[in-house]
Amino acid sequence: MATLPAPDSAERATGRAFRLSPLAAVGAAVALAAVALLSATTGAAALPFGDVLASLVDRLPLVHVDTPLSSRQEGILFQIRLPRLVLGMLVGGSLAMAGAAYQGVFRNPLADPYLLGVSAGAGFGAVLALGFGLDVGWGPFDALPAAAFLGALVAVSASAAIARGAWRSPATLLLGGIAMAAFFSAAQTYAIGQLPETRTREVLSWLFGQLSTSGWRQVWILGPYVVVCGGILLLHRRHLDVLRVGDDEARSLGLNPRRARLAVIVSASLLTAAAVSVSGLIAFVGLVVPHVVRLLVSHSYRVIVPLSALGGAAFLALVDTGARTLTAPAELPVGVITAFVGAPFFALVLWRSARKAGT
Amino acid sequence: MTTAAAPRSGAPATVLTEALTCRAVHVTFGETEALRGVDLHVAPGEWLGLIGPNGAGKSTLLRAIAGLVPHDGSVTLNRDRRPAGTDVALVPQIPILPEGMTVAEYALLGRSPHLGWLAVESRRDRRIVASVLERLDLQRFADRPVTHLSGGETQRVTLARALAQQAPILLLDEPTSALDLGHRDAVLDLIDTLRRDDGISIIAAMHDLGTAARFADRLALIDQGRIVADGPPRRVLAAGRLSTVYATPLNVHTVDGEIVVLPAPRSRQENGP
Repeated sequence: MATLPAPDSAERATGRAFRLSPLAAVGAAVALAAVALLSATTGAAALPFGDVLASLVDRLPLVHVDTPLSSRQEGILFQIRLPRLVLGMLVGGSLAMAGAAYQGVFRNPLADPYLLGVSAGAGFGAVLALGFGLDVGWGPFDALPAAAFLGALVAVSASAAIARGAWRSPATLLLGGIAMAAFFSAAQTYAIGQLPETRTREVLSWLFGQLSTSGWRQVWILGPYVVVCGGILLLHRRHLDVLRVGDDEARSLGLNPRRARLAVIVSASLLTAAAVSVSGLIAFVGLVVPHVVRLLVSHSYRVIVPLSALGGAAFLALVDTGARTLTAPAELPVGVITAFVGAPFFALVLWRSARKAGT
Repeated sequence: MTTAAAPRSGAPATVLTEALTCRAVHVTFGETEALRGVDLHVAPGEWLGLIGPNGAGKSTLLRAIAGLVPHDGSVTLNRDRRPAGTDVALVPQIPILPEGMTVAEYALLGRSPHLGWLAVESRRDRRIVASVLERLDLQRFADRPVTHLSGGETQRVTLARALAQQAPILLLDEPTSALDLGHRDAVLDLIDTLRRDDGISIIAAMHDLGTAARFADRLALIDQGRIVADGPPRRVLAAGRLSTVYATPLNVHTVDGEIVVLPAPRSRQENGP
């Protein structure tokens, strides 16, 4: 076919199609950096903005800057605040990306690791591992994420099986997720009851969804999963756009929907499991963040997946900063705040999709 | 691809000039036999109309050709089987229109079969789509969400996606069932122009027999999963045969040189003087 010079508008529109606008990308990156700096400088020990920046720059290779921070302040920054901040960003980015991925493969705007029961499944697996003292290992090869992953896979497979053939109906999938979440919560409660007293407290504090006990060890557990699974999800973002026209049409467009869906579900579940195993159950991040991206920027998964990663990171870092400062010196579990934000948001999305289905 | 010397009847077509051959295609859904041994040849540049009552197997045949339903028998192209979606392009009867997707994005999905597993669209892919949009007079709509279009515009947009696939065979499932008379002919005229320009073959399930006769080179009448008649429209559209297949008395008229199929005026005969 001869490619005639197309009029400017069609050429420009196809040039724009499925592309992440530089403005949105830069905006998200700037927001993330701003939240990170805010979080690093806010807290019980006041660390001045400029000094933190100087100290961070000093840590870059081949750069030397005199930092006015005392060694005690540096200790707070590098051993307490930064690992927690980095972990919060990784967990937030992971959950938001997993949420976007589930929404894509299930073609369901209400899919989310928490609502699908994936988090509960992962939590049950992690509780078993913790309870039996299996939280040993090295970095990403810790037994905890592996156990959480098994629970997560069982949960997501069961939710999807319950809603089989009805993926386009948001309600059915959610009901499957509710069944799974209820089952795994019960199993988890039973398992915790069987644990020796000394273990119970540790497991319970982990379960509430906290980043307070985190250090570089947790970052080292989660980080590799973010790189690998996040990378796989990013590589599949084009396929998520193809899947939006349905399995049949996707197949006529040369995509193998089962293969794409399997790769995405396994990656998203592994990512969720790794996040849950270091931070406990943090609800609704995977629902709220992709929705806001969809509302503000684009419906294309090529935009939603990467921006959700950045946005989720910024969102959870911000919420966690609030969690440790709002009621200082006491601390709120971060999962409590995300639920306070997420539950009304979920109700709103549900109401809107119900109204759309009704018309 | 050569479009010349496509045999229409008589001697069986040689493999080289056939765009598509179906041999003994069987499709079963559970207990039901949807297709019971369909043999079909479609020459390059030819427009084959599939006609028949509801549930006869027209859509199933199209889906079998597109490789969307498991089938026995063979569906072969005259060239080696290429990656799915680059050999045949299917325009579905009721396309799923994703919310928030623009016309340009939707058409760009048609390039998907040409991309590697992890590749993204190149500048060339985007240029091909831009020229398809222009050809279908859709450049004004390029940035509009696909959910905000009229029936005729939607039909052109799904056609744009299929053309972006650049497949030599275009499968259309009741392409104009949602359109009024004027838009119906406009879309079919457009498809006719495209196949003449590009030499692509059209296999279209068509509801309206008169329209099918007007646009198709050849008609295949399907009844209960079998092709019961295959040939030029004038030969296939015989009143007796149609009345049997459609289980209702039908008359075939010629008005201004065009074939028109109408229900036999039964009631008038009964009540007349």
